[in-house]
Amino acid sequence: MAYSDAAREWYRRELAGIRDAGLFKEERYIHSLQDADIEVEFPEGARPTTVINLCANNYLGLSSHPEVIAAAREGLAHRGYGMSSVRFICGTQDIHRELESKLTTFLGTEDTLLFPSCMDANAGVFEAVLNEQDVMIADRLVHASIVDGMRLCKAMQDTYKHSDMAHLEEKLIEHQDKRFRLIITDGVFSMDGDLALLDQIVALAEKHNAMVFVDDSHASGYIGKTGRGTHEHCGVMGKIDIITTTLGKALGGASGGCVSGRAELVQMCRQRARPYLFSNTVAPVIVSGALKVLELISGSTERRDKLEANTVYWRKLLTDAGFDIKKGSSSIVPVMLYNAKLAQDVARDLFKEGIYVVGFFFPVVAKGQARIRTQLSAAHEKHHLDRAIAAFTKVGAKYDILGKGKKEIIAQYGT
Amino acid sequence: MDEMERTILDYVVKEYLEEDDDREVTVDTPLISGGIVDSFSMVSLKRFLEKKYQIQIPDADASADAFDTVTSICAVVRKFKRN
Repeated sequence: MAYSDAAREWYRRELAGIRDAGLFKEERYIHSLQDADIEVEFPEGARPTTVINLCANNYLGLSSHPEVIAAAREGLAHRGYGMSSVRFICGTQDIHRELESKLTTFLGTEDTLLFPSCMDANAGVFEAVLNEQDVMIADRLVHASIVDGMRLCKAMQDTYKHSDMAHLEEKLIEHQDKRFRLIITDGVFSMDGDLALLDQIVALAEKHNAMVFVDDSHASGYIGKTGRGTHEHCGVMGKIDIITTTLGKALGGASGGCVSGRAELVQMCRQRARPYLFSNTVAPVIVSGALKVLELISGSTERRDKLEANTVYWRKLLTDAGFDIKKGSSSIVPVMLYNAKLAQDVARDLFKEGIYVVGFFFPVVAKGQARIRTQLSAAHEKHHLDRAIAAFTKVGAKYDILGKGKKEIIAQYGT
Repeated sequence: MDEMERTILDYVVKEYLEEDDDREVTVDTPLISGGIVDSFSMVSLKRFLEKKYQIQIPDADASADAFDTVTSICAVVRKFKRN
């Protein structure tokens, strides 16, 4: 069957519909390393301009760290560019197992298995450890990759209201007839920046005989006093049965992810998780860089401490300027605008002022919850944040939203 | 509003609305297209209906369209109660 005119026409109409709905995604081309200051070509064809990056997951500022780059270069020289194999055929080098061992120590778990990405880890883990006798009970704001992974698993699905412990307990009681109950949550929720109540979740899991899964992608490396993650922050190290996380954010920002946790569950993933079994091994250059990242952050908390100070400072600047922000302590700081068009207009004007941020709106967040998600980095210096708040204040004044809360902004712009 | 509509509406409000959510939900409020219930969370609604009314709803009949309002949900329940 050829790619017919009718098929082409159908896809064109679909794409036009996405564009008309204001949901069309366009990439912006960066002509520099990832950092606090980046050179961006936008719109396409425009001369690249230097802007402050407030939307990267580069929490620890390690994406372009000279020691990480040097370690990656060493890895390239001594372990090569590619392995041309999945892990279990001929794709496992000594450094893959070394990185898994170092991640196990860092996260305080029993064992770890690398995946090409955390998206892949989440896609494969549930199907590997649960079946139709079990139930998965997920927070309603978990990441899309978890939703996809749950859909691939034969266990019953259920959800609880975001961070609502009473609702979670109801569900745990309701599903006592199941063999295994698995509570599923993000550690730091990617859109709101709030932390899961892991101490309470673990207590409920112990009370109602359930296991706990945490995706700590937005936490690993900086949440907790030594950056181990949300479980360290909540005082439940060693009590989380499955942690998935990424090397693509704070931990160097390249790619790769893992499942870490109880030895038997990790071994089940090694035997049965399809993205592990049928996808190429993580490239040696990335493994080498990630080993250096873990060495850097295991020996010092300087970077996560600086990030924490930047976060406190930025939250205060936004609050003092009169922006409506989501309360919290993570380095994800959402500036609430509620209206999708307003979020896009504010982001566009901020770019003209030299600040790179992105507006988020339905379906990425709930209807009427449009926002600009700002993200801090240890690569930011005080002068970056001072310049950013001057730009935010100028644009905020233009749209007359300073000092206004949810009701006033909605009254002015609607949802 | 009949008893079935009341029962399902009560469940939807309790199960899906946050405490600070002051949206008014009626039997004709769009639940899925209106962003109150997402497809990921819809499974608990289907299970509630099956348990409460002692029916089996095939996945094909538990579509986003069929579950979009309390009125349309009641139509699905009545269809399978009759069978």
